[in-house]
Amino acid sequence: MNRLTTLFQHKTADVLNVYFTAGFPQLTDTVPILHALQEAGTDLVEIGMPYSDPVADGETIQKSNQQALDNGMTVATLFEQLQGVRQQGVTVPILLMGYLNPVVQFGIEKFCQQCQATGVDGVILPDLPLEVYEREYKALFAKHGLQVVFLVTPQTSPARVRQLDGLADGFIYLVAAAGTTGAQTDMNADVDAYLSRTKAMGLRNPTLVGFGISDAASFAAASRHTTGAIIGSAFIRLLQNTPAQGQATAIKEFVAGIRP
Amino acid sequence: MTITAPSPYRVDASGYYGPFGGAYVPEMLYPNVEELRDNYLKIIEDPEFQSEFKQLLRDFAGRPTPLFLAQRLSAEIGTTIYLKREDLCHTGAHKINNTIGQILVAQQLGKKRIVAETGAGQHGVATATVCALMGLECIVYMGAIDIERQKPNVDRMRMLGAKVVPATSGSQTLKDATNEAMRHWISNPTDTHYIIGSVVGPHPYPDMVARFQSIISAETISQLLEQTGRATPDFVLACVGGGSNAAGAFYHYLDEPGVRLIAAEAAGQGVDTGHSAATTALGKPGILHGASTILMQTEDGQVTEPYSISAGLDYPGIGPQHAQLFATGRAEFISITDKAALDAAFQLSRLEGIIPALETAHALACLPLIGAKKDDVVVVCLSGRGDKDLATYTKHLEEYS
Repeated sequence: MNRLTTLFQHKTADVLNVYFTAGFPQLTDTVPILHALQEAGTDLVEIGMPYSDPVADGETIQKSNQQALDNGMTVATLFEQLQGVRQQGVTVPILLMGYLNPVVQFGIEKFCQQCQATGVDGVILPDLPLEVYEREYKALFAKHGLQVVFLVTPQTSPARVRQLDGLADGFIYLVAAAGTTGAQTDMNADVDAYLSRTKAMGLRNPTLVGFGISDAASFAAASRHTTGAIIGSAFIRLLQNTPAQGQATAIKEFVAGIRP
Repeated sequence: MTITAPSPYRVDASGYYGPFGGAYVPEMLYPNVEELRDNYLKIIEDPEFQSEFKQLLRDFAGRPTPLFLAQRLSAEIGTTIYLKREDLCHTGAHKINNTIGQILVAQQLGKKRIVAETGAGQHGVATATVCALMGLECIVYMGAIDIERQKPNVDRMRMLGAKVVPATSGSQTLKDATNEAMRHWISNPTDTHYIIGSVVGPHPYPDMVARFQSIISAETISQLLEQTGRATPDFVLACVGGGSNAAGAFYHYLDEPGVRLIAAEAAGQGVDTGHSAATTALGKPGILHGASTILMQTEDGQVTEPYSISAGLDYPGIGPQHAQLFATGRAEFISITDKAALDAAFQLSRLEGIIPALETAHALACLPLIGAKKDDVVVVCLSGRGDKDLATYTKHLEEYS
């Protein structure tokens, strides 16, 4: 069974998803970070495939993307790095997140095969239009056991939330507030109202909140009405500011600090 | 009853031009793009909108722009050349046609703030201008490098009350200014309208901008008829960065196979030098700024940083309609080097007393290359004037003395 399905069957609250950019800060950091996050108790991880023009991302993730590209990271290299991680004891569900163009250039069929071969459980492709997904990608993803995650924002109409929920099979990624990643989202009454409104819709998929979640307080506030939350930019900042030899310890402390 | 086959060169009901186009945007932009998609035709086809749009084009922008028979240039090249004088539009380029149209759309949608990107600064100035006219707040993103090389336009935007924000990511040019403008729109989804300056971006932008720019070929048809007795030229030439002036100059000729459409793209220092913006020569199909199109990219799908002497052509993609015109062979794309563009700019200045924009100079540089015969009628879209490029031209004055 897909590891995401298993996870959400067993855990329905306070799920922690951590995002990091592949090949950052060093090209070969991808797998060690993956191991460290699993040991620290992260429930699932989202590995970002770096892109030159990440329009939905704020400065922190943009810079990590650029640094990863400068390090030589590519989709092909990422799959090489992920080769064998499942045999080495990585059991945490893995999602690949990225913009569509590098995936299309790699070849969508080959991408799905590689995901399956390396044990990737799902994908988030924020600029993949829904109708293109349905027409060209859905069957292919299903064939290779890949679950798909769609984003929902406070501006997404209820009808479209239903439509996205109907097509997603991993979880629904709730963008906390209008903005790019890393924006300081104030977990205010508006956000709370949006999250509880979404909860009241009774979606078939689990929901994880992202954008602006950076610490224990914002994680707790975001998780009140949802299955859990996603931390990205704050974790990237941690990686950026931690010397290589202290990385594993810092990751452990960071994750422990989110759910004290 | 006859059924006309839909044109393969115009947008279809799903927002595509053949395999190109569409709306590849993250969910954060979906409601904005959807709102525009569902309303743009209804808004711009409304007779009241059309009458206000046309009045502003006439009384504010100074349309119709002349179609000028360039006799000395014609004699030099050996053909018959008409210049469609978009350089005489208010603000000095065709860009104002689009910004007038879009500001009226923004008003209809109840938007309070305008965000825009700019390369050479022409679109930024045209946006700042209509924002001042309509009393809307205006934020323009411009690559930090472009701010340096197009200073007069930066000052103009500030004079008009716009806030100019430098884009410091990536290559710090038009592509990155576009990224920043999109990020701004993501962060301000309900009260802001994004005025894209070219026929790029997610559907419906390429079609909407082309419709606003189509006034160029609409006027050309009647002016040419009046001056030559024929409505269709043998050639239409225009430069393509994103491609808005070309989209407008080609618009009413797309389904007239007798008219050869020539698009000039920037070869920079040369197509094979690694310092180029010749998209069709160097690019392949991919996704950029919300559309499936042809773009310059690495083997791994990372967008390549383009180069051109002209800030307005310094863009790694082309509009999806142009990608379709290229793929189907309907338009011919010619790569013009910096040097050839400079030659053409000095040639036009001295033969006709018109200093063209560096972008426009790329279109002019195609004239000797298209095999036009003496009696052929060639229309060049003279998209902009060269005042903004004087610093660059001055650097090369001695070579042409």
